[in-house]
Amino acid sequence: MNIVKWQRPTLTNWPGFGRLSDLRDEIDRLFESPLTELTRTSQLLSGWTPALDVHEDKNNFIVKAELPGMKREDIEVSLHDGTLSISGERKAETKHEDAEVYRAERFFGRFQRTVTLPAAVAADKVKAAYKDGVLTITLPKTEEAKPKQIDVSVN
Amino acid sequence: MKALIQNDTRPANAERAQANPYATPEVNIYETKDGYVLEAEMPGVNKDGLEITLEGHEITLTGRPANEVVSGETLFRERLGADYRRVFDLDPAIDTARISARMNQGVLFLTLPKSEAVKPRKIVVSE
Repeated sequence: MNIVKWQRPTLTNWPGFGRLSDLRDEIDRLFESPLTELTRTSQLLSGWTPALDVHEDKNNFIVKAELPGMKREDIEVSLHDGTLSISGERKAETKHEDAEVYRAERFFGRFQRTVTLPAAVAADKVKAAYKDGVLTITLPKTEEAKPKQIDVSVN
Repeated sequence: MKALIQNDTRPANAERAQANPYATPEVNIYETKDGYVLEAEMPGVNKDGLEITLEGHEITLTGRPANEVVSGETLFRERLGADYRRVFDLDPAIDTARISARMNQGVLFLTLPKSEAVKPRKIVVSE
Protein backbone atom coordinates (compact mmCIF):
# COMPACT_ATOMS: atom_id res chain seq x y z
CA MET A 1 0.00 0.00 0.00
CA ASN A 2 1.28 3.47 -0.85
CA ILE A 3 1.08 6.23 1.70
CA VAL A 4 1.61 8.90 -0.92
CA LYS A 5 0.47 8.54 -4.48
CA TRP A 6 3.43 8.21 -6.81
CA GLN A 7 3.66 10.99 -9.35
CA ARG A 8 5.64 11.05 -12.52
CA PRO A 9 8.35 13.69 -12.08
CA THR A 10 7.54 16.66 -14.26
CA LEU A 11 10.08 18.35 -16.48
CA THR A 12 10.08 21.54 -14.48
CA ASN A 13 11.53 19.61 -11.58
CA TRP A 14 14.54 18.64 -13.60
CA PRO A 15 17.45 20.44 -11.98
CA GLY A 16 19.17 21.17 -15.28
CA PHE A 17 16.83 23.92 -16.32
CA GLY A 18 17.14 25.90 -13.12
CA ARG A 19 20.89 25.75 -13.30
CA LEU A 20 20.94 26.80 -16.91
CA SER A 21 18.76 29.84 -16.39
CA ASP A 22 20.87 30.78 -13.35
CA LEU A 23 23.93 30.74 -15.58
CA ARG A 24 22.17 32.82 -18.19
CA ASP A 25 21.19 35.34 -15.51
CA GLU A 26 24.79 35.53 -14.33
CA ILE A 27 26.03 36.20 -17.85
CA ASP A 28 23.33 38.83 -18.39
CA ARG A 29 24.33 40.50 -15.19
CA LEU A 30 27.98 40.47 -16.17
CA PHE A 31 27.26 42.43 -19.33
CA GLU A 32 24.89 44.87 -17.71
CA SER A 33 26.74 45.71 -14.54
CA PRO A 34 28.86 48.83 -14.40
CA LEU A 35 32.61 48.54 -14.58
CA THR A 36 33.09 48.95 -10.87
CA GLU A 37 31.06 45.84 -10.23
CA LEU A 38 32.99 43.93 -12.83
CA THR A 39 36.23 44.68 -11.09
CA ARG A 40 34.63 43.53 -7.88
CA THR A 41 33.68 40.25 -9.53
CA SER A 42 37.31 39.66 -10.34
CA GLN A 43 38.02 39.40 -6.64
CA LEU A 44 36.98 35.76 -7.01
CA LEU A 45 40.34 35.25 -8.64
CA SER A 46 42.51 37.75 -6.87
CA GLY A 47 41.29 37.62 -3.30
CA TRP A 48 39.70 40.54 -1.55
CA THR A 49 40.25 44.16 -2.52
CA PRO A 50 38.16 46.26 -0.12
CA ALA A 51 36.72 49.38 -1.76
CA LEU A 52 38.43 52.55 -0.62
CA ASP A 53 37.87 56.32 -0.89
CA VAL A 54 40.40 59.08 -0.26
CA HIS A 55 39.29 62.60 0.58
CA GLU A 56 41.29 65.71 1.30
CA ASP A 57 40.32 68.84 3.18
CA LYS A 58 42.43 71.74 4.35
CA ASN A 59 43.97 69.96 7.31
CA ASN A 60 43.53 66.24 6.75
CA PHE A 61 43.49 63.31 4.41
CA ILE A 62 40.57 61.02 5.12
CA VAL A 63 40.68 57.41 3.97
CA LYS A 64 37.56 55.27 4.17
CA ALA A 65 37.64 51.54 3.53
CA GLU A 66 34.76 49.07 3.44
CA LEU A 67 35.62 46.18 5.71
CA PRO A 68 32.32 44.63 6.76
CA GLY A 69 32.23 41.97 9.44
CA MET A 70 35.69 42.36 10.90
CA LYS A 71 36.91 42.42 14.47
CA ARG A 72 38.78 45.56 15.48
CA GLU A 73 41.81 43.58 16.57
CA ASP A 74 42.07 41.92 13.15
CA ILE A 75 42.58 45.23 11.35
CA GLU A 76 46.13 46.54 10.99
CA VAL A 77 46.88 50.08 9.93
CA SER A 78 50.43 51.28 9.40
CA LEU A 79 52.18 54.28 7.94
CA HIS A 80 55.62 54.13 6.42
CA ASP A 81 57.33 56.80 4.34
CA GLY A 82 54.09 58.48 3.37
CA THR A 83 52.45 55.20 2.39
CA LEU A 84 49.40 54.08 4.31
CA SER A 85 48.83 50.38 4.53
CA ILE A 86 45.60 48.71 5.62
CA SER A 87 45.71 44.98 6.08
CA GLY A 88 44.15 42.25 8.12
CA GLU A 89 42.32 39.02 8.11
CA ARG A 90 38.61 38.42 8.03
CA LYS A 91 37.44 35.29 9.76
CA ALA A 92 34.03 33.71 9.54
CA GLU A 93 32.00 34.73 12.58
CA THR A 94 30.29 31.39 12.88
CA LYS A 95 31.34 28.01 11.63
CA HIS A 96 28.83 26.14 9.53
CA GLU A 97 30.41 22.74 9.44
CA ASP A 98 27.44 20.43 9.05
CA ALA A 99 25.55 22.96 6.96
CA GLU A 100 24.90 22.84 3.27
CA VAL A 101 26.26 25.88 1.45
CA TYR A 102 23.98 27.51 -1.11
CA ARG A 103 25.88 30.68 -1.74
CA ALA A 104 29.41 31.65 -0.81
CA GLU A 105 30.10 35.12 -2.16
CA ARG A 106 31.78 36.59 0.90
CA PHE A 107 35.54 36.47 1.07
CA PHE A 108 37.37 35.27 4.13
CA GLY A 109 41.11 35.51 4.57
CA ARG A 110 43.88 38.07 4.34
CA PHE A 111 43.80 41.32 2.44
CA GLN A 112 46.04 44.32 2.00
CA ARG A 113 45.68 47.74 0.44
CA THR A 114 48.18 50.55 0.27
CA VAL A 115 47.71 54.23 -0.47
CA THR A 116 50.51 56.66 -1.24
CA LEU A 117 49.58 59.98 0.30
CA PRO A 118 50.17 63.06 -1.83
CA ALA A 119 51.61 65.15 1.03
CA ALA A 120 53.35 64.66 4.35
CA VAL A 121 51.21 63.71 7.36
CA ALA A 122 51.86 63.83 11.09
CA ALA A 123 52.27 60.13 11.78
CA ASP A 124 51.76 60.51 15.55
CA LYS A 125 48.36 62.18 15.11
CA VAL A 126 46.75 59.64 12.81
CA LYS A 127 43.38 58.39 14.07
CA ALA A 128 41.38 55.38 12.97
CA ALA A 129 37.78 54.46 13.75
CA TYR A 130 35.78 51.39 12.79
CA LYS A 131 32.00 51.67 12.63
CA ASP A 132 29.27 49.82 10.72
CA GLY A 133 31.92 47.94 8.78
CA VAL A 134 33.64 51.06 7.52
CA LEU A 135 37.16 51.98 8.60
CA THR A 136 37.82 55.72 8.66
CA ILE A 137 41.40 56.91 8.97
CA THR A 138 42.09 60.59 9.54
CA LEU A 139 45.63 61.71 8.73
CA PRO A 140 46.44 65.30 9.71
CA LYS A 141 48.82 67.07 7.35
CA THR A 142 52.06 68.42 8.72
CA GLU A 143 52.25 72.18 9.10
CA GLU A 144 54.52 72.38 6.06
CA ALA A 145 52.04 70.53 3.89
CA LYS A 146 49.05 72.70 4.77
CA PRO A 147 48.06 75.36 2.29
CA LYS A 148 49.08 78.78 3.49
CA GLN A 149 47.47 82.11 3.07
CA ILE A 150 50.08 84.71 2.28
CA ASP A 151 49.11 88.25 2.88
CA VAL A 152 50.65 90.60 0.43
CA SER A 153 50.55 94.17 1.47
CA VAL A 154 50.32 96.63 -1.32
CA ASN A 155 51.61 100.07 -0.72
CA MET B 1 13.13 17.65 -4.58
CA LYS B 2 14.89 20.08 -2.38
CA ALA B 3 13.67 23.65 -2.31
CA LEU B 4 16.30 26.27 -1.74
CA ILE B 5 16.41 29.93 -1.07
CA GLN B 6 16.43 31.21 -4.57
CA ASN B 7 17.83 34.40 -5.85
CA ASP B 8 15.94 37.20 -7.54
CA THR B 9 13.00 35.25 -8.82
CA ARG B 10 10.81 38.25 -9.52
CA PRO B 11 10.43 39.12 -13.21
CA ALA B 12 14.09 39.64 -13.84
CA ASN B 13 13.89 41.69 -16.99
CA ALA B 14 11.34 44.16 -15.68
CA GLU B 15 13.62 44.66 -12.70
CA ARG B 16 16.66 45.36 -14.82
CA ALA B 17 14.86 47.48 -17.38
CA GLN B 18 14.81 50.39 -15.00
CA ALA B 19 18.24 51.72 -14.28
CA ASN B 20 19.39 49.89 -11.20
CA PRO B 21 20.41 52.39 -8.55
CA TYR B 22 21.14 49.66 -6.02
CA ALA B 23 24.27 47.79 -5.14
CA THR B 24 23.93 44.04 -4.75
CA PRO B 25 25.22 42.90 -1.38
CA GLU B 26 27.38 39.79 -1.37
CA VAL B 27 25.73 36.96 0.51
CA ASN B 28 26.47 33.60 2.03
CA ILE B 29 23.59 31.20 2.54
CA TYR B 30 23.73 28.05 4.62
CA GLU B 31 21.13 25.45 5.39
CA THR B 32 21.16 23.49 8.60
CA LYS B 33 18.60 21.03 9.84
CA ASP B 34 16.87 23.80 11.81
CA GLY B 35 16.74 26.38 9.05
CA TYR B 36 18.73 28.77 6.94
CA VAL B 37 21.32 31.39 7.79
CA LEU B 38 21.86 34.29 5.42
CA GLU B 39 24.75 36.74 5.76
CA ALA B 40 24.74 39.90 3.64
CA GLU B 41 27.50 42.51 3.40
CA MET B 42 26.26 46.07 3.64
CA PRO B 43 29.16 48.22 4.82
CA GLY B 44 28.04 51.59 6.18
CA VAL B 45 24.57 50.37 7.09
CA ASN B 46 23.48 50.24 10.70
CA LYS B 47 20.33 48.91 12.35
CA ASP B 48 18.35 52.05 11.50
CA GLY B 49 19.15 51.94 7.80
CA LEU B 50 18.01 48.38 7.38
CA GLU B 51 14.65 47.42 6.01
CA ILE B 52 13.46 43.85 5.64
CA THR B 53 10.10 43.26 4.02
CA LEU B 54 8.29 40.03 3.51
CA GLU B 55 5.59 39.51 0.92
CA GLY B 56 4.30 35.99 0.84
CA HIS B 57 7.46 33.97 0.42
CA GLU B 58 9.51 36.76 -1.06
CA ILE B 59 11.92 38.61 1.18
CA THR B 60 13.48 41.95 0.25
CA LEU B 61 16.58 43.22 2.01
CA THR B 62 17.25 46.93 1.69
CA GLY B 63 20.12 48.76 3.37
CA ARG B 64 20.67 52.49 3.36
CA PRO B 65 24.13 53.59 4.46
CA ALA B 66 24.16 56.20 7.20
CA ASN B 67 24.98 59.63 5.87
CA GLU B 68 28.64 60.42 5.97
CA VAL B 69 29.74 63.99 6.18
CA VAL B 70 32.92 64.39 4.22
CA SER B 71 34.40 67.81 3.80
CA GLY B 72 36.89 68.80 1.16
CA GLU B 73 37.44 67.12 -2.15
CA THR B 74 37.53 63.49 -3.21
CA LEU B 75 40.87 62.34 -4.56
CA PHE B 76 39.98 58.74 -5.18
CA ARG B 77 36.69 56.91 -5.21
CA GLU B 78 35.87 53.22 -5.36
CA ARG B 79 32.98 52.89 -2.97
CA LEU B 80 29.64 52.84 -4.74
CA GLY B 81 27.79 54.77 -2.07
CA ALA B 82 24.49 53.32 -3.30
CA ASP B 83 21.74 51.70 -1.27
CA TYR B 84 21.89 47.93 -1.08
CA ARG B 85 19.05 45.73 -2.21
CA ARG B 86 18.50 42.08 -2.93
CA VAL B 87 15.40 39.91 -3.21
CA PHE B 88 15.13 36.24 -2.34
CA ASP B 89 12.42 33.70 -2.75
CA LEU B 90 12.05 31.69 0.40
CA ASP B 91 11.70 27.97 0.84
CA PRO B 92 8.03 27.51 1.84
CA ALA B 93 9.26 25.40 4.75
CA ILE B 94 10.54 28.56 6.47
CA ASP B 95 8.45 29.74 9.38
CA THR B 96 8.26 33.40 8.35
CA ALA B 97 6.89 34.46 11.74
CA ARG B 98 10.14 33.46 13.44
CA ILE B 99 12.66 35.11 11.10
CA SER B 100 15.15 37.13 13.09
CA ALA B 101 17.88 39.55 12.08
CA ARG B 102 20.90 41.22 13.61
CA MET B 103 23.50 43.61 12.30
CA ASN B 104 27.18 43.52 13.15
CA GLN B 105 29.76 45.87 11.61
CA GLY B 106 27.97 46.16 8.30
CA VAL B 107 27.00 42.51 8.00
CA LEU B 108 23.38 41.42 8.26
CA PHE B 109 22.80 38.02 9.83
CA LEU B 110 19.39 36.64 9.05
CA THR B 111 18.13 33.49 10.74
CA LEU B 112 15.29 31.73 8.95
CA PRO B 113 14.02 28.79 10.98
CA LYS B 114 12.08 25.97 9.37
CA SER B 115 8.65 25.33 10.76
CA GLU B 116 8.43 22.42 13.17
CA ALA B 117 6.18 20.46 10.84
CA VAL B 118 8.81 20.04 8.14
CA LYS B 119 11.82 19.25 10.30
CA PRO B 120 13.08 15.73 9.84
CA ARG B 121 12.13 13.73 12.85
CA LYS B 122 12.82 10.28 14.01
CA ILE B 123 9.92 7.93 14.35
CA VAL B 124 10.41 5.46 17.14
CA VAL B 125 9.32 1.98 16.30
CA SER B 126 7.49 0.34 19.11
CA GLU B 127 7.40 -3.40 19.34
